[in-house]
Amino acid sequence: MVSRRLFTQSAAGAAAGMILTACGPKRLYEAPKDQLKARIAEMEHKYKEQLGKDIEVSGAGPLPGVHFAYALDISRCIGCRRCVYACVAENNQSRDPQIHWIRVFEMEKEKGVDFSHADPYYNPAEVPEEGHFYIPVGCQQCENPPCTKVCPTGATWAEKDGIVVIDYDWCIGCRYCMAACPYGARHFNWTQPTIPENEINPNTHYLGNRPRPKGVVEKCTFCIQRSRAGRYPACVEVCPVGARKFGNILDADSEIRYIIEHKRVLVLKEELNTLPRFFYFYAT
Amino acid sequence: MPHETAAGSIRRFSGFARGSVKLILRGNRAYWMWLAFLGVLIVSGVLAYSAQVRFGLGLTAMRDQVSWGFYIGNFTFLVGVAAAAVVLVIPAYIYNWKPIREIVIYGELLAISAIAMCLMFVMVDIGRPDRFWHLIPPFGYLNFPRSVLAWDVMVLNLYFVVNFVVATHILYRAFHGKHYIKKLVVPLVLLSVPMAVGIHTVTAFLYNGLAARPYWNSSILAPQFLASAFCSGPAILLVVLQLLRRFTRFEIQDAAISKIAELMAYAMFLNLFLHGAEAFKEFYSNTQHLIFTRYWYFGVGSHHTLVPYAWSAVALNLIAFGLFISPTTRRNLITLNIGCLATYAGVYIEKGMGLIIPGLTPDTLGEIYEYYPTIAELRVAAGIFAVGFLLFTLMLKVAVPISLGEFMGKKEPAPAREPSFAGAQTVP
Repeated sequence: MVSRRLFTQSAAGAAAGMILTACGPKRLYEAPKDQLKARIAEMEHKYKEQLGKDIEVSGAGPLPGVHFAYALDISRCIGCRRCVYACVAENNQSRDPQIHWIRVFEMEKEKGVDFSHADPYYNPAEVPEEGHFYIPVGCQQCENPPCTKVCPTGATWAEKDGIVVIDYDWCIGCRYCMAACPYGARHFNWTQPTIPENEINPNTHYLGNRPRPKGVVEKCTFCIQRSRAGRYPACVEVCPVGARKFGNILDADSEIRYIIEHKRVLVLKEELNTLPRFFYFYAT
Repeated sequence: MPHETAAGSIRRFSGFARGSVKLILRGNRAYWMWLAFLGVLIVSGVLAYSAQVRFGLGLTAMRDQVSWGFYIGNFTFLVGVAAAAVVLVIPAYIYNWKPIREIVIYGELLAISAIAMCLMFVMVDIGRPDRFWHLIPPFGYLNFPRSVLAWDVMVLNLYFVVNFVVATHILYRAFHGKHYIKKLVVPLVLLSVPMAVGIHTVTAFLYNGLAARPYWNSSILAPQFLASAFCSGPAILLVVLQLLRRFTRFEIQDAAISKIAELMAYAMFLNLFLHGAEAFKEFYSNTQHLIFTRYWYFGVGSHHTLVPYAWSAVALNLIAFGLFISPTTRRNLITLNIGCLATYAGVYIEKGMGLIIPGLTPDTLGEIYEYYPTIAELRVAAGIFAVGFLLFTLMLKVAVPISLGEFMGKKEPAPAREPSFAGAQTVP
């Protein structure tokens, strides 16, 4: 019977296709070391083809005994937004449409830290403005991240050094994580991200600033390509007033540890129990 | 019927399939006009969606501040419609109330169409539809049980399968003049009752579990979802049943219709009560979290886009409640239908835009971005509704003649009694 043979054949074909797919690329989260190497080589090759440029993708993993944390001195920040643009340049954020992983909120001293009266679009001739202070907000790298919990495909997770990362090759773009994040830290590529070719930062990390496609979510990774190589995140380096501090919280002699132990420290939306690794403090 | 040969069953199935196609291709002017209308909407939707795939979701009005919109609103509403089949199944099977039992199959067909629409709305909302298989183990990875969305994927698909199996099995057997297999149908039908509650509860938990969004993070959400679903689903069904009665030989007793309307009145009362309870808590405690409710009902500052919708929903729900609670108006078909339309519209607004948009506005850092769907979004959504209605129409086109005993397999003579599958259903 022809129809039955046809059925058997197509069923066999479909099964073979499924098995091939099943053996194909999977989540970077579970990729063993040798497979990860191959995947990274593949990424570099793909970027070379797409962008006509050599992009180096680092596969550096978390270091034992390292747990990153961040502290921002509210009394020093002048709201200049240099961190915002240094971040954009370092992390290959789309220029058109613009994506900013850091957003700076201008607040009134009279009202204190209150986002319902904050203005992220302040645009005076000069900062800081009289009677105002500034709170830059990016990913808080929570120890108890509500965003990773909700991801239906397991495309986002917290690394052992505390950095919450996204697998851009696995994210399906459902944006459930964006609904779950209490800090507006996650950003979606609503259209094809574009960066002028000469502005692309070629030093990237597979879980960080490598170029992203349309339709996936992205966010701050504490500059994973830098921090895992022993450097400061771009925002820390660029800050003209030294309001941004970064380091290994497990290192008892670190600056970050000193700040947390000796300064008046707060975290955003403490009541949500997200346990941010991003602290705000008043040094003076 | 001990052992059927494979060839025999293929022949029987192809007879059913060919007969169904013939039925679908037969219809009067109004039928073809309706199909053409749906066809136009589908083509328009497909074009809009293909533009969205090429350009990205930036073609919608959604942005980082309001990252879900019209699509997810429609999805939520339709989960409620799908769950509503249970309103009919419960009295039919638990209380063995015959007038309703005859129409259960249409509730199931409605559920199938609604779930199909739900899945399409999710599909058009995701940024990478090409990666949809990432959700499907063993090829992909489903973050179960941690992600509530993973739960939703599972229960929705299961509910779809259960309803599909029950409905097609009953119809297929009836086509061949046979009684359905009780051992298969009754457990599945009984399973579909908790599952209907389940799909809606899980969908409510999807929002409910997000502490970042105080408007959703309220334990009243799931009960409210169920209450409003028990209004909107039957509202559609009541209108459909009357249309069937008008245009086919299909019969349904007025008693069944007004019984359903009565159930809807209780559901609507519960819905309004839960809304009231929520409003009291928000306004009386007057915390910062009030801002979401205020945005929906009164607007914040110069942002009032949704206010007319909010009050229309309240008004429509109140009208529907009034019309259904009074026996005179729910027995009068004109006022009954006004009530159905009011329910449908009221719940559509409150469960669609009214749930999603104020949940995300202002955003987690206090910014107000006023979301209003773009033409592209409306076209895609209309296209999906058209696919759903097309599916429902075609299924009815086959199901109604079968249930009337007009469409039967030739080789098997119809049983002398009980030509209708529905009349033969009994509770074990």
